[in-house]
Amino acid sequence: MNDASHSKFNRYARIYAALWRNSVVREMSFKANFLLWIFVELLWFGLQLSFIAVIYQHTDRIATWSKWQVVFLVGASQFIQQIFAALFLSNCTQLSEYVRTGRLDFLLLLPASTRFLVSFRQVDLGAFVNSVAGAAVMIYAGRQLQLHPTFGNLAGFLPLCAAGILIHYSLMFLLATVSFWTVRAQGIVWSYYNLFNLARLPDGAFRPGVFKAVFTFVLPMLLVANVPVKRLVELPAAPWEWPVLLILAATCFGVSEWAWRASVRHYTSASS
Amino acid sequence: MNKYWHVFQIGIQNTLVYRVNFLFRASFGLIPLMATIYLWRAIYASNPDQTGVAGYTLAGMTSYYLLSTVVDALTAVADDDWQIAEDIKDGNISQLLLKPMDYLAYRLSLFLAGRVVYTTAAVLPVAAMLLLQHSFFVLPPDGLTLAVFAASTLLTALLQFLISYTMALLAFWVLEVSTFIFILFAFEYIAGGHLFPLDILPPVLAQALNLTPFPYQLYFPVSVYLGRVTGAELWRGLAVQAAWVLVMFGVARLVWRRGIKHYSAVGG
Repeated sequence: MNDASHSKFNRYARIYAALWRNSVVREMSFKANFLLWIFVELLWFGLQLSFIAVIYQHTDRIATWSKWQVVFLVGASQFIQQIFAALFLSNCTQLSEYVRTGRLDFLLLLPASTRFLVSFRQVDLGAFVNSVAGAAVMIYAGRQLQLHPTFGNLAGFLPLCAAGILIHYSLMFLLATVSFWTVRAQGIVWSYYNLFNLARLPDGAFRPGVFKAVFTFVLPMLLVANVPVKRLVELPAAPWEWPVLLILAATCFGVSEWAWRASVRHYTSASS
Repeated sequence: MNKYWHVFQIGIQNTLVYRVNFLFRASFGLIPLMATIYLWRAIYASNPDQTGVAGYTLAGMTSYYLLSTVVDALTAVADDDWQIAEDIKDGNISQLLLKPMDYLAYRLSLFLAGRVVYTTAAVLPVAAMLLLQHSFFVLPPDGLTLAVFAASTLLTALLQFLISYTMALLAFWVLEVSTFIFILFAFEYIAGGHLFPLDILPPVLAQALNLTPFPYQLYFPVSVYLGRVTGAELWRGLAVQAAWVLVMFGVARLVWRRGIKHYSAVGG
């Protein structure tokens, strides 16, 4: 890194640290609510797991996936989603509010990248707690499967998770930029939850067809958790899967950046 | 009665604003539905020598999920509970109290109006889905079953409304009701039969759930349609469902009366 980019990096790191401090202070002023939200998320996670438990009362396998492999998948999907939620989710849903109220003007005037500020403004600490629950389920399922991941396995797993988080973020951000055109965009979060939920299903359950193709190559929900998990749980994976995940992560990010620039150009503020 | 008819009409006009939103919601809601159907298809394919899952054939199982989507569109509470909580928090309720109108009946009129608009918006995507899956869709065994199904669906709508209404009234006491609404929603989701038909659970668990109102919020009308509840059990189920509606009506009234007292004490 040369000096200029180094100081730029330092500046953004300092801004981000300040945003973290603000978020901690804000969360701690509503402690009961903070704990209740963690409980709500854990309850929903428990529901997903009980669904798997009930299904495996009636079958030994879903395609090639055994019970604990699917539990591992649900845990991994929870882990990826919650890290995404911790860093980005509330920021993405706030965007339509900034547009509606015209507060985006104020953010555009600040001497820092607006996309950076919009994306990183708040940190949801409760979601970090819930991502630990996802990790705990992965570890437990891993023990049931008698997995002994090497350092190399984990070094392959975590970057693929990061690619999954980037895909979630890019698609959600893309959906949020729609609010520049429609203003009212409450349906966005709800729509995304429906997509989200696909990520925790084993891809083997889907026979080749339009549905599978769309959710693999266009909205890659069936790759986000499945690809990293298959590397760890010793399920056969096609050799193209992980490169495609990485390429699609970069593509989704690129498309969301393009849409963001087009949207800001279109933006004419709320009041005037 | 006439004034509530007007409220209903105003409700229709107000929710028509959201028709595109509703269309999106109904269409996106089909994605997890498709996924669940594919998942079950894979399970049935993995066990070719098994005759079915707890008495469900693949067509029966698919029909279960398709029908629960239909019943859900007809009866689910969209954001009525959020609006009620908002009315209370913002103090909007004061001006409604001054009008010669009953708040519960006022809200019920708006809820029904919302359902009419939502169902109309959802007809297109849901019909497309039913056509796509028509080979896996079974018809009700006879006309009587269909009639009981219709009656039970109506009771489901009332029950859904009354439970959400009562929950939203918590806003008289607590500032933030959204967490409570989500907790209730989680229970309705699993114990109501959204995730899977309740009779694939171990019998003890399924019987325990039948003591709660949740199965009557979705599972019961769907299993009536599928002909899985018949004879005396059918009439008993319908009576229990009606009883839950009455009980929840009583609870809603009671909570409202208490809430109003609390409210005037605070707002002075």
